[in-house]
Amino acid sequence: MNKISLIIKREYITRVRNKTFLLSTFLLPIMMILFIFGTTFFATKSAQKQQRVAVVNDPGFMREHLKGDSAKVLFTFDATVNDSNFIDKGYDGVLVLNKDTGNKKFLISSKKTLGTFAIGYIEDKLDKAFENRQLQNKGIKIADIDSITKKTNGASSIRNVLKDENGKSKQVNASLNSTIGFICGILIYITMFIFGAMVMRGVMEEKTNRIAEVIVSSIKPFQLMLGKIIGIGAVGLTQLLLWVILISGLFAVAQLFVPADIMQQVQQLQQQQNSGMIPGAGSAAAVSDTASKFFEFRNSILGIPWFRIISTFIFYFLGGYLFYSSLFAAIGSVINEDPQEAQSLMLPITMPIIFGFIILSSNMTTPDSPAMVWGSIIPFTSPIVMMGRIAGGVPWWQLCLSMLFLIGGFLFTTWMAGKIYRTGILMYGKKASWKEMWKWAFRKS
Amino acid sequence: MNILELHHLKKHFATQKAVDDISFNIARGSIFGLLGPNGAGKTTLLRMITGIFYPDSGEILFNGKRFDAMNDVVGIGYMPEERGLYKKMKIGEQALYLARLKGLSKSEALERTKEWFVKFEMQSWWNKKVEDLSKGMSQKLQFVTTVLHRPKLVILDEPFSGLDPVNANLIKDEIFNLSKTGTTIIFSTHRMEQVEEICDHIVLVNKGQKILDGSVKQVKNDFKENLYRIGAHVLPEHLMTPAFEVKKHSEDNLLVKLADGTSTNDLLRHFISKGVAIQSFKEELPSLNEIFIRLVEGTTAARQFQSIA
Repeated sequence: MNKISLIIKREYITRVRNKTFLLSTFLLPIMMILFIFGTTFFATKSAQKQQRVAVVNDPGFMREHLKGDSAKVLFTFDATVNDSNFIDKGYDGVLVLNKDTGNKKFLISSKKTLGTFAIGYIEDKLDKAFENRQLQNKGIKIADIDSITKKTNGASSIRNVLKDENGKSKQVNASLNSTIGFICGILIYITMFIFGAMVMRGVMEEKTNRIAEVIVSSIKPFQLMLGKIIGIGAVGLTQLLLWVILISGLFAVAQLFVPADIMQQVQQLQQQQNSGMIPGAGSAAAVSDTASKFFEFRNSILGIPWFRIISTFIFYFLGGYLFYSSLFAAIGSVINEDPQEAQSLMLPITMPIIFGFIILSSNMTTPDSPAMVWGSIIPFTSPIVMMGRIAGGVPWWQLCLSMLFLIGGFLFTTWMAGKIYRTGILMYGKKASWKEMWKWAFRKS
Repeated sequence: MNILELHHLKKHFATQKAVDDISFNIARGSIFGLLGPNGAGKTTLLRMITGIFYPDSGEILFNGKRFDAMNDVVGIGYMPEERGLYKKMKIGEQALYLARLKGLSKSEALERTKEWFVKFEMQSWWNKKVEDLSKGMSQKLQFVTTVLHRPKLVILDEPFSGLDPVNANLIKDEIFNLSKTGTTIIFSTHRMEQVEEICDHIVLVNKGQKILDGSVKQVKNDFKENLYRIGAHVLPEHLMTPAFEVKKHSEDNLLVKLADGTSTNDLLRHFISKGVAIQSFKEELPSLNEIFIRLVEGTTAARQFQSIA
């Protein structure tokens, strides 16, 4: 036991003292923020580009009803345009309508692909035009329709409040929950790769340096593997802890930059909420839009079940790490100097991790779909997928089952990997085949 | 008293009988040479003695008791042929770490490391990394880490490879020093001149089997061919006799092989009677190198893969 602690200490200290540890501790959160902002930036930017669409073959009422938004799609009724000269006339596309109003299949010719967003937008606007025409035929004036739409569109908003048995209320924000779950899932996905690969490289280093032979003449190979896994796991926990401190620190600092008058209004809203009133209902005029938005934002941040998220995150980080890192260690033990060998052997291990990520990202909005439920129970994917569900609440039995499976899973993988590792670490020359590794793992003694 | 006794050790791998029924004893305090061509099974044998491998069958007695890898490894220091050290780790820390893995306390480890570093003039290396060392320097470091915990049994696999004569002598002296203080040394190599110089007792293995076992002197005697070297001006007409066969003849030097039934005195008498002035007379024993080659030659140089029933 004492010897394992020596190994753990060495693995931990050499890595934490390394410059790359410090660098990655500060750079990864920044990279992640840049990544998130970058993708949203590009998504909005490409959506914002205005498309100029010429409309021809108007059955008569479209000029009146088909209205675009100058920021997205601009419709121009120009009878001189056809599908061979629209580019010269400066249009991005030409929409050909039907004289027959019963047929609602249309053709749009364009220079470049318009994209699903623009096509969907045009379809919506066409539907709206047909709807308005029907309403008008029933005797409703366009002016009335417009003013009604203006008053009602986007005017309602829903706040979802959870009540527990004691009547205590808590505000939830479904989209925020799924975003946080997604970020946690990505974080587990990334850390599993980073620290799994770190274990693998460490094992490879010991093997190619031939120090493994010196060390296993002092302690058992299994102890060496376990010490390495635990030591690197501790490095991972340290890094996560630093990230939590860093991010909450940034959040606290950001709060200082909010102007004082807005903070005051926020306090006021808070008091209203505490006294059981609907915040901002009575004194709408006194509270600025920014303040109420900020209030809502802060409230939903505070409403997130942080304790539950962080504690399950730590569990699934450790569980997933232990589950996979021993497999990575086994792979590291069977390959020689050539890192290319690692690629092909790693594939069966990285596949389920990537698969878990795919389940998570394609089912973000439906945390209770069968794929998510099963993915969050089966230990190969559960560390990633469960994080996507945890913020929204998971039935206890599912959580317990998933945790038990994960613990059982990592005990099994560690046991199996230990046997492969024991043989692999001292074998030089040819890399082991899957068949040989299978034999090592399941032979007796 | 034997520090180590091997009884009918066997270790078979998938395609090879690496060690096939080997038995021998090593006396406490001796310097023991384990010899054999490449792939003879030396490393496998050493790995079983260091507890890295378990034998398939057979028994190892360490200090008269059944070898228990978990506890007995503390009494063993093993320097494998392929040197292994953490390249990125500082040298002082590395020595401490390896010593502590062998069960030394922190203060003990520090004290002894410093002692050895002074002895080998390595003090200035303490904060350097292994990757900064030359091959010979890391060899010295490896030797230090092997003997730091004062093992009763030190196993050195090719300890002099890559060392210049000065450093090789330094290590050689330490080997003799350790031996004087009662440490048993197993020395595995295929450099026969070093074996002749250092070892008391040798075992030669080939193809997983022991083919020779004895003291250096005895082995040489067993393989002598009745060769004698005579320093004298000998004329060709003096050589016409059935008493010996001439192996080599130069102006003032003669190598002869005595015929059966002829004694050395008969030989000398023969030359004296011819009036030859003899300046020197010496029996020519075969070198271990010759014995080694004679025994191993003829068997296929590289081990063949065999199927294990």
